[in-house]
Amino acid sequence: MTEGAKGAPYPGPVSPFPAQTGVNMVEAGCPPDDAAAGPVTALAVRGLTKTYPGRRARGRSGDQPAVRASDGIALDVHRGEIFGLLGPNGAGKTTLVRQLTGLLRPDEGSVSLLGHDLVRYPRRAPRLLAYLGQDATAIDELTVSLAAETAGRLRGLEAADARRAARDTLDELGLAALAARPLKRLSGGERRLAAVAATLTGERPVLVLDEPTSGMDPVARRAVWSAIDRRRAEQGTTVVLVTHNVIEAETVLDRVAVLDGGRVIACDTPGGLKSLVGDEVRLDLVWREPPPAADPALARLREDARVSGRRWTLRLPPERARAVVTTVTAGPAFGALDDFTLATPSLEDVYLALGGRGEGLVKA
Amino acid sequence: MTATLPAPERPGATTPAPLAPQARLWPSLAAVYRSQLSRARVARIPLLFVATFQSVGIMILMRGVVDAGPGDEARAVVAGSSVLVVAFVALNLLAQYFGRLRAEGGLDFYATLPVPGAAVALGTAAAYASFTLPGVTVTAVAGCLMYGLPLSGLWLLLAVVPLAGAALAGLGAAVGLLAPRAELATLCGQLGMSAALLLGVLPASRMPEPITWLRDLLPSTYGVEALAQVLGPDADWGSVTANLAVCAAAGAVALALATWAYRRAAGR
Repeated sequence: MTEGAKGAPYPGPVSPFPAQTGVNMVEAGCPPDDAAAGPVTALAVRGLTKTYPGRRARGRSGDQPAVRASDGIALDVHRGEIFGLLGPNGAGKTTLVRQLTGLLRPDEGSVSLLGHDLVRYPRRAPRLLAYLGQDATAIDELTVSLAAETAGRLRGLEAADARRAARDTLDELGLAALAARPLKRLSGGERRLAAVAATLTGERPVLVLDEPTSGMDPVARRAVWSAIDRRRAEQGTTVVLVTHNVIEAETVLDRVAVLDGGRVIACDTPGGLKSLVGDEVRLDLVWREPPPAADPALARLREDARVSGRRWTLRLPPERARAVVTTVTAGPAFGALDDFTLATPSLEDVYLALGGRGEGLVKA
Repeated sequence: MTATLPAPERPGATTPAPLAPQARLWPSLAAVYRSQLSRARVARIPLLFVATFQSVGIMILMRGVVDAGPGDEARAVVAGSSVLVVAFVALNLLAQYFGRLRAEGGLDFYATLPVPGAAVALGTAAAYASFTLPGVTVTAVAGCLMYGLPLSGLWLLLAVVPLAGAALAGLGAAVGLLAPRAELATLCGQLGMSAALLLGVLPASRMPEPITWLRDLLPSTYGVEALAQVLGPDADWGSVTANLAVCAAAGAVALALATWAYRRAAGR
């Protein structure tokens, strides 16, 4: 990918996509905005690189090699956009957001947030953004209302304003009934929701949220998304969101960068990304017992499939998928078949088609 | 900012957005103090009891070998056991707390808020020092009754607890924040408390000289000395003041160290 990739960044077909070629991926991230018109950039990341040093292990467990957790990442996030970072565990999402929030110093590269250089001035980050990390140890033993109020106070609000802002946030997120309960004594989803409340108390133009809805029930998720949407509509809040949930990514994100091995392997709207895999559909076959080995059609299918235990996953043009379904449901294979599903492409398919290696994406 | 602004040609070329104000020191220190104090209700109460029981237990044990009355030994046992509560909570528990917070990434919460490092370090240390006040009072009153010492000097606890608390909590916070692993923070906290126990409850006159040097290095010693003075019939107020002054100086250094350690741990 080069400068010429502006505008139509990921032309099909999928196969030439350089996910595994080891070329410099700086320009393969979200490409820079068109200078003439178009949306205003809130966050610009260029050439971001971070390597965790390897460790000499004592004993026999072997040395840990150095890990390049961010590998030349380039991104542009527009003002008022809900921008997602999607990838399985270990893809480098959290390392990336920790560099965006001033918590981690990159080895190389630049991070510009609303015109401020955060590599040079990391302490400006807390004055521009609110961050929801994965850990809530610091507020675990506080009541829900005091956690939100303290966060508001520490974001510079006066005591009365912080109290009011905390109460409003708890009401908005449906947490008022739990206000007097310590976070520790709540369920995982409720605790997460309380941590979101602490993050949203005290306005900030940018929100960086690391898996905000993990463990939440659908009601809590809806509350979080409507609270975020309201901030975007009323204040033009920009949201950078880490997720490994593909369904969430498809429904709430304006654009999504797909991360794998510390690189941005694709970046577009969810719809744009899905068009990368063309009109192929996904066919999952789950076998109750080993399928008849003698059938040559099945043997050919097996070669094309990603096999994971008793599940075969195939990406096929629709007509061929229909033909395969007919074959397996009519022939002797049907006796061995437990279940099959036929689905239109999801972001997970995009991820796999782009050469993503991990299998840690959640579909719920 | 509106969409009519021209898009930047280069990142950073745009006019920087205004920064939200930094949280001011005292209001944020008060907010941290209040939130930490509230944790006592949720998590700390059992351990505060343990701290008090431990000190009262030591006084009961020592009563078997130390006579009642305002002798050196009796005063040292009561003053040492009382200040031991401060060492247990402010040094040991705070070292564990910060060690755990650092290991689990909990410091990110504060590091992504525009709050001065001193507010977090001092607010937390102040809360842990405050946790000790009830336990110290109970221990001191019980000790005075057990050893037949006057209760009239116990008002000095109002100076000893904050000053020894500042010194020990500052050390505890620094240990917790500087230890490379949470287990090491716990270990150092325990060792510090053991030192306060072993070097605090016996009068210095009974110790071999090298041990008294160690005793002099421990900030809690000066709190113990000051308190032991006022448990006797005629306190040397010059010595009390001097001991408290050393305690205050050690407290200032320890809190400065804790603030530096916090900035180091929360920075990148």
